[in-house]
Amino acid sequence: MIDMASLLAVLPELILTVGGLILLLTAAFGGEGTARVVNWLSVIALALAGVALCCSLEHGPDAFGGLVRADAFSVFAKALIYGAAAAAILLAPRFFAVGHAVRPEYPVLILFAAVGMGMMVSAGDMLTLYVGLEMNSLASYVLASFMRQDERSSEAGLKYFVLGSLASGILLYGTALLYGFTGSTAFDGISLALADGVSKGELFGLVFVLAGLAFKISAVPFHMWTPDVYEGAPTPVTTFFASAPKVAAVALTVRVAIEALGPAGLDWQQIVIFVALASIIFGAVAAIGQTNIKRLMAYSSINNVGFALIGLAAGTPAGVAATMSYMAIYVLMTIGSFACILQMRDAQGNPVETIASLAGLSQSRKGLSAAFAIFMFSMAGIPPLFGFWAKFLVFDAAVAANLAALAAIGIAASVIGAYYYLKIIKTIYFDEPAAAYEARGGAVENVILTACAVVIVLGYLLNPVLDKASAAAAASLF
Amino acid sequence: MDGFPILSLMMAVPMAGAIACLFAGAGQARWIALLATLADLVLGIVLWINFDQSASAPQWQFQEYAPIFGRFAWALGIDGIALMLIALTVFLMPICIGASWQAIEKRVGEYMAAFLFMEVLMIGVFTAQDLYLFYIMFEAGLIPMYLIIGIWGGADRIYASYKFFLYTLLGSVLMLIAMMWMVHEAGTTEIPALMAYNFDPHIQIWLWLAFFASFAVKMPMWPVHTWLPDAHVQAPTAGSVILAGVLLKMGGYGFIRFSLPMFPEASAQLAPLVWGLSMVAVVYTSLVALVQSDMKKLIAYSSVAHMAIVTLGLFAFNQAGLEGSMMVMLGHGLVSGALFLCVGVIYDRLHTREIARYGGLAINMPKYAVLFLLFTMAAVGLPGTSNFVGEFLSLMGVYQVSTWAALVGTSGIILGAAYMLYLYRRICYGEQKNADAAAMPDLSVREVALLAPIAAVVLWMGVYPESFLAPMRPAIHALEARLASAAPAGDSRIAMGAPKPAGDGIHEHAAAHGEAHR
Repeated sequence: MIDMASLLAVLPELILTVGGLILLLTAAFGGEGTARVVNWLSVIALALAGVALCCSLEHGPDAFGGLVRADAFSVFAKALIYGAAAAAILLAPRFFAVGHAVRPEYPVLILFAAVGMGMMVSAGDMLTLYVGLEMNSLASYVLASFMRQDERSSEAGLKYFVLGSLASGILLYGTALLYGFTGSTAFDGISLALADGVSKGELFGLVFVLAGLAFKISAVPFHMWTPDVYEGAPTPVTTFFASAPKVAAVALTVRVAIEALGPAGLDWQQIVIFVALASIIFGAVAAIGQTNIKRLMAYSSINNVGFALIGLAAGTPAGVAATMSYMAIYVLMTIGSFACILQMRDAQGNPVETIASLAGLSQSRKGLSAAFAIFMFSMAGIPPLFGFWAKFLVFDAAVAANLAALAAIGIAASVIGAYYYLKIIKTIYFDEPAAAYEARGGAVENVILTACAVVIVLGYLLNPVLDKASAAAAASLF
Repeated sequence: MDGFPILSLMMAVPMAGAIACLFAGAGQARWIALLATLADLVLGIVLWINFDQSASAPQWQFQEYAPIFGRFAWALGIDGIALMLIALTVFLMPICIGASWQAIEKRVGEYMAAFLFMEVLMIGVFTAQDLYLFYIMFEAGLIPMYLIIGIWGGADRIYASYKFFLYTLLGSVLMLIAMMWMVHEAGTTEIPALMAYNFDPHIQIWLWLAFFASFAVKMPMWPVHTWLPDAHVQAPTAGSVILAGVLLKMGGYGFIRFSLPMFPEASAQLAPLVWGLSMVAVVYTSLVALVQSDMKKLIAYSSVAHMAIVTLGLFAFNQAGLEGSMMVMLGHGLVSGALFLCVGVIYDRLHTREIARYGGLAINMPKYAVLFLLFTMAAVGLPGTSNFVGEFLSLMGVYQVSTWAALVGTSGIILGAAYMLYLYRRICYGEQKNADAAAMPDLSVREVALLAPIAAVVLWMGVYPESFLAPMRPAIHALEARLASAAPAGDSRIAMGAPKPAGDGIHEHAAAHGEAHR
């Protein structure tokens, strides 16, 4: 018997599922002409799901006997996911119009991915987690190869699929091991079983689960798929990959680490510390030589995940709050940066991806250049931009948890990262102009761009709200 | 002035100007920038007049507090030290704008906006009373300076801008970690509270080193000074003026506001390190300055040498040393700024900084030669000019704690005279070797208007330094009292020897001799 309270707890997912199915049918019967309508309707569906988030909190956290959790943590993550997904839908039409690939399936796939991500972040059981993860992944594989005539896009989809399945396998194997040695797939049950000491088998399970999750958040050493997929996938899809699924995967990792594996904190802490530092350093060093802006953003996302994980490494409520705040600010910067990248179109309107083509942009497109510079300085963590505050929070949490050495190494490595962000600004502002871009950007792009830039510049005024929300989210895990 | 947020207003005016400049045309932007900086100068004068200099006045004045940022607050307030540095900032800014009036032709609006934004941040650094607010202001200065060097700089500007940015960033980030640790330990982000908090002396060493990494780069101290000559040479004239005039002072301000009062024990323990680095810097960079063929590079190296005298004085732990350091900072801010302007004047005419391309300018540019001579003498530290007061006081202060440091530091004054006079002789005296240099017109009205105010203040500071010392005195007294318990024993205090009866052996005599020196 399904109770009402449980259904209400997953109301956002229900809205998205039903909405997605209706829109899919519309697309199937209406053909490509419906693309525009479906686009806007999916954004509305995401907005409705966002509204539904508010009432999903009312009936206590557990739903379906603990399989799903609707707590402050999942609400925080879902708000980010829906926002990022909506931005990815809104930014797409202009890009696909050039390749004559405006299809209504794109927003529908994103809706299904959002359902999967919602399940990921509110999972209370390894199996819910896996189903959510796969639901998101399957939609993502298709999205990566969305421009099916484009070789790079198909290649990206295939690569993503093969490596993604491998990671899912590893994760599933870890889940099986944990189930075998703890006798439960529920987070509570696993946590209970780990509380009396961690056996060898449980340790193996933990390592496999974390390895599978590290793949999903594209942390070193499981990052290899990221640059290729980011580069090959159509840019709006890359925007999506770099934002929403990233939040979902990081939130999921945090939840598993704290709720399920909490008692084994000392065991996973060293893994997380290693993965965090490796991602920061590798992401920064490998980005330096890139000439393709999407590839650069891929390394940048690896780098950023490393910083976010520092909050998790602290393992404290403040650390979790910092990680979630980091993701919130990261999503803003990423969406903003990609809104800039999507505007990189030559005079004929064809997309360009080389960093060199940005040369001297500041002389022809002042606003776009300024926005680009703001996002890059922010990503580099230079105050007074909001990106600094994201880094500040995670390092502060690490220092508070007596990990000052980790914080010092991490922050010193962030200077390496600053170099390649500066390189983009240098190209835009200091170099002699290259061939001019299209004279003006799309209206939607500009609105999203401006909104993100304003928040990045004035973000500190939001601090009290962000602090409160992220603290509430973190508190629901402990 | 009670309750009127004059400090916020001083930041709001240039901020508004910066935004307006971004959207204005070239001609308008120049005027907007000039008016905004002049308005700030007026506000600065109002601030100085209303600053209570009496001994009974509270140390922190014009305080503002608005906890709008969650974990940290918009907390402002100044003491005499900050007041003087703010005065220096608002005084130099209109001059910088004037110096760029004709020299900058491309992207004028953005240039003026960058400068005005820089002014906001500089005032922010000197007024911030919240640790994190200070850090944000301190770091944010990298952005406009990076753009100023990179866009409007010389031929090798890109390398210089990277070097400037990454060097200073790497120095600062470690300080941030130390700040976080301090805030968790002391439970407050307020600078006045932290200045009175006693950290564990063992931890102090680490914290001190983290802060030192930042301030030593900013100062800059040998051996992390190498970004400075590159940045100076490539930056446009006004950029050099603001870099030498105010940005370098942030390092000294950091020492006097953070390192010394927050970690007195560590400062005392590590003072020999500072002295050592400063002594090397004084001699080494002076010698390097002597062989430069590029005018700006020469002045840049001389800045490093002068800043070394500042650090010597700061780590003397006594009033003379601290006051002297502040005076050197103020004096050097004016004089090096003026020297860079003097370089800019002839650079604008001949477009080269090569010393050998000039010569005999006293013949065709007499007004220029007079003003340049005044600033050269001030840089040398001639009595009656600003730098003499500061250098004398800081060396006197350091003599009380380390005679060796004082000895080596004083040699820097002699070397300073050598390279400055040598520079002056090559540029202004001798025969007119180059026809194009000989044809250069003398100073225009605009250029005189830029240099004359600085000349007046340089003389004022040299003749009657009390106007500048008086506001700082209470703050420096408080700092000296805070440092008193930790101050290292000096090696030059006269110790009374015990009189011995005549006729004792040579052996005892030697022992008594040693006693007196202990």
